[in-house]
Amino acid sequence: MPKPTLATGIVGYGAYVPRFRITAAEISRIWNGGSLLPITEKSVPGIDEDTITMAIEAGRHALARAAVPATELGAVWIGSESHPYAVKPSGTIVAEALGCGLEISAADWEFACKAGTEALTASMGMVGSGMLAYAMAIGADTAQGRPGDALEYTAAAGAAALIVGPADQALATLDATLSVVTDTPDFFRRAEQTYPVHGNRFTGTPAYFAHITNAGRRLLAQLGAEPGDFRYVVFHQPNAKFPQTVGKQLGFGPEQIAPGLLAPRIGNTYSAAALLGLCATLDVAEPGDRIMVVSYGSGAGADAYALTVTDRLPAARERAPLTTAYLERRVEVDYATYAKWRGKLVQG
Amino acid sequence: MQLAKHWRLKGSRYRLEGARHPHTGAICFPRPADAAEWEAVPLSGQGVVESFAAAGKAADGFADDAVMALVRLAEGPIITAQLTDVALDEVKIDMPVEMVTRKLRDLGPEGLIVYGYKFRPLLVER
Amino acid sequence: MRNVYIAGIGQTPVGEHWDSSLTTLAVRALSAARREAELPIQALYVGNALGGEVAGQALLGTTVATAAGLGGIEAMRVEAGGASGGAALRQAYLAVAGGAFDVVAVVGVEKLTDVLEGSIEAALALALDSDYEAAQGLTLTAGWALLQQRYMHVYGYADTAFAPFPVNAHRNGSTNRAAQYRSAISREQVIRSPKVAAPIALLDSSTAADGAAAVIIAAEQVVRKLSGPRIRVAGSALASAPLALGARRDLLWLEAAEQSAQGALKQAGVRHADVDVLELSDQHGIVAALSLEAGGFVERGMAPQAAADNLIAREGTLPIATFGGCKARGDAPGALGVYQIVELTQQLRGTSGANQVADARVAFAQCLGGLGATAATHVLVRED
Repeated sequence: MPKPTLATGIVGYGAYVPRFRITAAEISRIWNGGSLLPITEKSVPGIDEDTITMAIEAGRHALARAAVPATELGAVWIGSESHPYAVKPSGTIVAEALGCGLEISAADWEFACKAGTEALTASMGMVGSGMLAYAMAIGADTAQGRPGDALEYTAAAGAAALIVGPADQALATLDATLSVVTDTPDFFRRAEQTYPVHGNRFTGTPAYFAHITNAGRRLLAQLGAEPGDFRYVVFHQPNAKFPQTVGKQLGFGPEQIAPGLLAPRIGNTYSAAALLGLCATLDVAEPGDRIMVVSYGSGAGADAYALTVTDRLPAARERAPLTTAYLERRVEVDYATYAKWRGKLVQG
Repeated sequence: MQLAKHWRLKGSRYRLEGARHPHTGAICFPRPADAAEWEAVPLSGQGVVESFAAAGKAADGFADDAVMALVRLAEGPIITAQLTDVALDEVKIDMPVEMVTRKLRDLGPEGLIVYGYKFRPLLVER
Repeated sequence: MRNVYIAGIGQTPVGEHWDSSLTTLAVRALSAARREAELPIQALYVGNALGGEVAGQALLGTTVATAAGLGGIEAMRVEAGGASGGAALRQAYLAVAGGAFDVVAVVGVEKLTDVLEGSIEAALALALDSDYEAAQGLTLTAGWALLQQRYMHVYGYADTAFAPFPVNAHRNGSTNRAAQYRSAISREQVIRSPKVAAPIALLDSSTAADGAAAVIIAAEQVVRKLSGPRIRVAGSALASAPLALGARRDLLWLEAAEQSAQGALKQAGVRHADVDVLELSDQHGIVAALSLEAGGFVERGMAPQAAADNLIAREGTLPIATFGGCKARGDAPGALGVYQIVELTQQLRGTSGANQVADARVAFAQCLGGLGATAATHVLVRED
């Protein structure tokens, strides 16, 4: 069974979504994109926001829910494809801002959209081996798509932070995890390039769907579980359609996906996407509920997790803002404002 | 680029770290110039708007459309900071605000990104 | 302490002096003052706020002294932000009153237009708390705007209440040949103008520019030979308060302005009611308002009302900005304190023409550095 020696769980979680939105219809208006749109609207970071600032806010909420002092954290690991510096860790800044102690590991992870769950799996390893009491895994991104490209409709911003700790303190236990990886060039960005390249329909069947179904089926098999054993399921969500389709392929129904399906309202938050879906699901889950999470990262791979909600969750979730507080805080911007803020104008 | 200066200020900028006098219990922000006798204490980040104004024409490196404020912190000190996630016409004196960490200043493609405190209207009513 | 008198004055217009350097402006003003005084200068104090940062020149005392043909004398720059000119005069006053020198020149000079707007704002913001105000994106204008908003809230004024200050300044500037802006403006124009830093209106906001003013002061035994009414520097005081607004006991009370005003008035043996004419820091109406209150000339919260009642006009009991003030004469930050002395000397001499305040015998000059973090005050008295 793919689980650590010591039982671990999520002892704290926190979400962050910027205040601004641009509708897919507005992007389509500029680029003559037609009316078949992948989502309704996506989040847009303000001019003073980036992966680091969003990670800090999500991290603060996770600490508030865990009721664990920041100095008890043994690791702050941040998965992102939009770390503000090419060289200089986001993790050090986030750790300082959270008030962590000197004796801590801080590192940045990159694996397209599953860098955040990479950090989560590593956190399980460190806590589950007894090396650390608590580790924070954050997925955060301010993703960019080339103007007019299909990706521009969905590339969004958000962050989610999870604190992994001993199972007996968990809001939800981490029962098992499993990862799959192949070399699949469906989406990539070379160093120094502003925008990524993607393989259009090649990103679907051999990439997103193959890896998520592989990871999901294998985890179910090893757990001896059926989709129906889970109250909720969260998938990486690059658009509204993919997670619903892959859920159907694996045998999950719409009601299992619904609470964690945020892409239609905020777009693809990349490294944060699956984790934000999990946060939104934890916001509504009840003790005893089992939750499955499968992330996906281009390049390509998927991480699958099985969780069980404990009776500690209902009280803890009130200690920080729910994901809906961010979803409802919504200010729409036009394409011109979005282009200005996102550095899409040539300014000399 | 004043690297050491920004580094030196990270406690106050990232954590709103003020100082508490061990005997009198007095709390101040920023820390006194010579804080040898004082202990560092992170402040709550809760406060109210004491005054506000449009930043107007900004100095190099800052955005022009910022909203400046004097924020009276729950612990007592008044500090100068930008408001974020709010438009000028939404701001009122005595409005409750909370601290967030944002980019204060970007020193250009070859420069440091300076992070620090700003304040915003409460995300959730308290 | 010896009595100290004004022996000569000189100034350049304030404006965009594209073809003149800082040194040229300073020497031009100094030469005019020397022609009046006809005395050998023994020391030179240059009041300048931003020379090092904007004009790219340090050692300004020496630079100006040698350029003016005064090589060899004691010379240095005095920096106190927008109070630099007043602080330089204070140093000169101490030197003459204390007996170190008999004749000392003071030049206030600023040269800003060599750099672009963003750099000017950054340079002006040096007079704020660097780590906790300027680093947050505050500028001087926005700092005064924060105080105006608070003032409006506490005393119940609308933002339009500050319009009488620039209207008065422009009225007086329209007849001052050395003024940067020589057009009258109406209250409606001020109110309708866009905001530069809301709640501060564009037409209630001075434009920082270039200019130089000079004053030569001398000990009593030297000026005995001079003709005409003698103008005595009867009071001189400089005071300081925290730079950061948040560090002050009372946001709406300029403690340094109060202390230096009281010090200078007391030394001069002058009561508020004796003051016939004033020059203040008045880059915006709120600055003049807070100065009038801290100086003890009007009750707290009453300055906009006093302005609305026309007390600040040449014909009123508290005439300010009699040659246009910062708004119309122009705003050359480090030179302000010396421009004020040049203008008030003309008022006391009775040579102000259309700008004359009738029967002026006692004058009050105060300039502020930063957001009122430092204040230099001088009281001039006419002796017949």
